[in-house]
Amino acid sequence: MAAERPATIEAMRALLGAQDYLADTELATCAFLALRLERPLFVEGEPGTGKTELARALARGLGCELIRLQCYEGLDAAAAAYEWNHARQLLAIRAAELSGGRIEDTNLYDERYLIARPLLRALQPHAVPPVLLIDELDRSDEPFEAYLLELLADYQITIPELGTIRAAAPPLVVITSNRTREVHDAVKRRCLYHWVGYPDAARELDIVRRRAPEAAAALAAQIVDFVQSLRALELYKLPGIAETIEWTRALVALDAVALDPETIDATLGLLLKYQEDLLRVRGAEAARLLAEVSQRQPARAAR
Amino acid sequence: MSLELDGSAGRGHFADNVVHFVRVLRAAGLPLGTDRALLALRALACAGTESRAVFAAVLRTCLVDRPEHLPLFEQALAAFWQDPDLLGRLLRLRLPQVTPQVRAAVRPASPRLAQALIQGSAPRAAPQAADPADAAVPAGLSWSDRERLRKIDFEAMTIEEWQQARRLVAALDPLLPCTATRRLQPAARGAIAMRRALREMVRHGGELARLPRRRARTRRAPLVLLIDISGSMSRYSRMLLHYAQQLCAGAGAADRRVQVFVFGTRLTAVTRSLASRDPDAALDALVRSVDDWAGGTRIAGCLSEYNRRWLQRTGGASAVVLLATDGLDHADFEALAMQTRRLRLGCRRLLWLNPLLRYDRFEPRARGVQAMRPHVDRLLPMHNVAALESLGRVLGVGSRRQDSPWR
Repeated sequence: MAAERPATIEAMRALLGAQDYLADTELATCAFLALRLERPLFVEGEPGTGKTELARALARGLGCELIRLQCYEGLDAAAAAYEWNHARQLLAIRAAELSGGRIEDTNLYDERYLIARPLLRALQPHAVPPVLLIDELDRSDEPFEAYLLELLADYQITIPELGTIRAAAPPLVVITSNRTREVHDAVKRRCLYHWVGYPDAARELDIVRRRAPEAAAALAAQIVDFVQSLRALELYKLPGIAETIEWTRALVALDAVALDPETIDATLGLLLKYQEDLLRVRGAEAARLLAEVSQRQPARAAR
Repeated sequence: MSLELDGSAGRGHFADNVVHFVRVLRAAGLPLGTDRALLALRALACAGTESRAVFAAVLRTCLVDRPEHLPLFEQALAAFWQDPDLLGRLLRLRLPQVTPQVRAAVRPASPRLAQALIQGSAPRAAPQAADPADAAVPAGLSWSDRERLRKIDFEAMTIEEWQQARRLVAALDPLLPCTATRRLQPAARGAIAMRRALREMVRHGGELARLPRRRARTRRAPLVLLIDISGSMSRYSRMLLHYAQQLCAGAGAADRRVQVFVFGTRLTAVTRSLASRDPDAALDALVRSVDDWAGGTRIAGCLSEYNRRWLQRTGGASAVVLLATDGLDHADFEALAMQTRRLRLGCRRLLWLNPLLRYDRFEPRARGVQAMRPHVDRLLPMHNVAALESLGRVLGVGSRRQDSPWR
């Protein structure tokens, strides 16, 4: 079911908001422009800041299919774009031999024998142009980045045996990267760029309340404040929004009404994923942070 | 506000201003082409310019493509909004002078050292250095000369010996371990390459004389050099930098993945400075980009910074890390041990190059050395050419069988 394409930046924001994705003006502007200018959107940022979620929310909001390509080292055209169905081709050759016909180039390299992988599928006709999510591009290698250039610039893929396949209506391409390495400028140049940082306290609270509505208001406020003060520490891996939401859900599952040192110590593994970070925060440091938080956010008595 | 912000984006003053803004950013070092300016104009025409926040967001998404550039962009944008004329003045000021100004601003903290670094090659014609064949066999050196040279401590070398040793070192090839990638290449043995087989069949009317095959391509592991440039290390780290420069820019650099960092009181990434083909220009650029030459050292702090900021961005768990330091840090030993362990967990092999091993009866008495020693794979000397040669061999040891997860 196709939804209206947003006509203004505010409409884009509302569209994402309706999917429980709270975008700031900047991100809404980027998404709006990506759609209007038909440019890929390159979203980079720390893990757990909602990059993949953006593509999901866009697809749901626009009422179109989400085609996802997870990148990994050595990802090649056969897995990403298309592959020839060799078994069927061989059968066709056998059939031609049996019926005494000749094997011609043309009938063997036909779309019937082509298996479409995510990139090609995104270019094929759809009722509503799909959202193509190329996830964690930094995990792939340079040859794959180079392969992507044609798609990103012209929304087309060239298959040597068949010719060039071009999208009638270009998909909305969202590329994400965790920045474990620098993606080549040639890729970035073809895209609109957005760096996702950690949200401020007010927005993070909004997000938590939307994504984990079962948590009491006072608890959510404490949680967000605690996570925000964790991010001020020098840790190997700072907790992202995904971690905050997970933690909130875990605390609700444990029937916690307010934060207390024991519960924090027991569940800290949901926020911090490095042993060094855990060692550093667990115990005294966590208690100190909690004391500060309780001063700022006096736990209101649960109703 | 003298800007015309009334929907006439793409024309007249407004377009000029945006283009000027792009030029200011470019002059300030952002890699922006004309296509970016055009994109920004199209985007502004599309998004409208009535809101300041949107205007800023549009320019940001079109003109910035890495987080490091954001602060610079914000400053330029603020200037642009407050006083558009300032932009013009800035432009007049900065454009013609930008290159010489930058060069003058970042003078090396230690000119003596810069001189020393460049000195080694001053007498000979500069471009010759780029020729690897020339560097491989220093002219005029007999076999016995070379043997002698290999064993002299870098610290004890004369300027002339230093020059010759430098060329010997630059010609060393690191035998980095190979890993199988997931990419395939044609080979005599291996899995059948169906696509090629079918093409051949079609070409030969359904007959196939020989099955084409393919197997995994291998690739050298990424290499990271962490080089201590504190006072006690200076001669050794300089020689190692010559080696690093050759790795980054010499023959075959394209298929090596080498990252170089130097540290004293803070960590500096210098790979880009070393990428220049001319070794002297490269080291000159490096000296200008680092401002804690030959000072004190803060190993734990620098390792911590590397672990947090770079560990995952420099080849991650497949990288071989060379840590060149004497381990003489007088601060927090517990932190030092922890950071070394962290570093070891995040890479494939951690090799420690320590010039103190030149003493035959070296014992790890210093507490810093004791803290780091248990966490490194090998502790190796680096005080003369012979030591660096053997390093090349150590790097390649056990590459296929032991280290590759695929076999």
